[in-house]
Amino acid sequence: MSMPELPVDEDLVRRIIHDGIPHCKELNTSLVDVDIANRRATMKLPYDKKLVGNPATGVLHGGAITSVIDTVCGAALMASLEKLVAVATLDLRIDYLRPATPEKDVLATAEVYRMTRRIAFIRATAYHDDPDDPIASCAGAFMIGSSEKPVLPGNGSDGGGGDAA
Amino acid sequence: MLPDAIIKAKETGDYNGLIDEIPYLRFIGLQLRTTDDGILCELPANPKLIGNPLLPAMHGGVIGALLESAAIIQLLWAQETVKVPKTIDFSVDYLRSAKPVQTYAQGIITKHGRRVANVRVEAWQDDRAKPVAAAHVHLLLE
Repeated sequence: MSMPELPVDEDLVRRIIHDGIPHCKELNTSLVDVDIANRRATMKLPYDKKLVGNPATGVLHGGAITSVIDTVCGAALMASLEKLVAVATLDLRIDYLRPATPEKDVLATAEVYRMTRRIAFIRATAYHDDPDDPIASCAGAFMIGSSEKPVLPGNGSDGGGGDAA
Repeated sequence: MLPDAIIKAKETGDYNGLIDEIPYLRFIGLQLRTTDDGILCELPANPKLIGNPLLPAMHGGVIGALLESAAIIQLLWAQETVKVPKTIDFSVDYLRSAKPVQTYAQGIITKHGRRVANVRVEAWQDDRAKPVAAAHVHLLLE
């Protein structure tokens, strides 16, 4: 059984991350960088009062940070694939190193540091201006080829040959 | 103010006043129900929370937010002080794809120390015996 396979390039990753994730539209995130050669991606989460977790300080809720970290890990993983297949988060471990600064946008950079046929190991950091002074640090494992369903609507791709077993 | 809302919640047993004080929890539409053993968090289905419209599935970050919030709120219910604990670290296992339906979470306090608490949390949908995600959270009490 052969299905058309979609080669991965920067445009494809941008399309999936920008247009394919309704929750990210609500968060107003944007993909600021895709680095296929280094298996890295960077996203921005603009500061928004509706995402505040502590009303006394105006600091963003950890949930918003978790969402941007999970998404940027997915973006870095897609950028690491040769052909587009579905991916899924197996786990995330997030260390909250210091509170986010109110009113400031958050950037998150993820890097796939080890990839096997089925599993990718990814680390990510969230920060304001300096990646070396992070707000949060994350390590996660992701499944490659987690679903037979298409990754993009209407392109005929089978979403890869994986099963989640 | 949040401390006032916590005091009121402890007096009345209705913790939903906290949601009004925390913009992010309003944004995701979280609702709280008081049970015999703490606070059950209910997250109604909402197209805004979808991460993958083709599966379809809720965004993993939202499930993470639900779990982390359930841990914090369970601690607020269990402790006497009104100080909101701070998350030190948070570890989540995604067990099943989370369908875009009503999702529940409740924390169990594994260890409540003087400075640090350890809370385990599960999130489930139609069957509590089949959780969609499980987490453990360390929180700083101060």
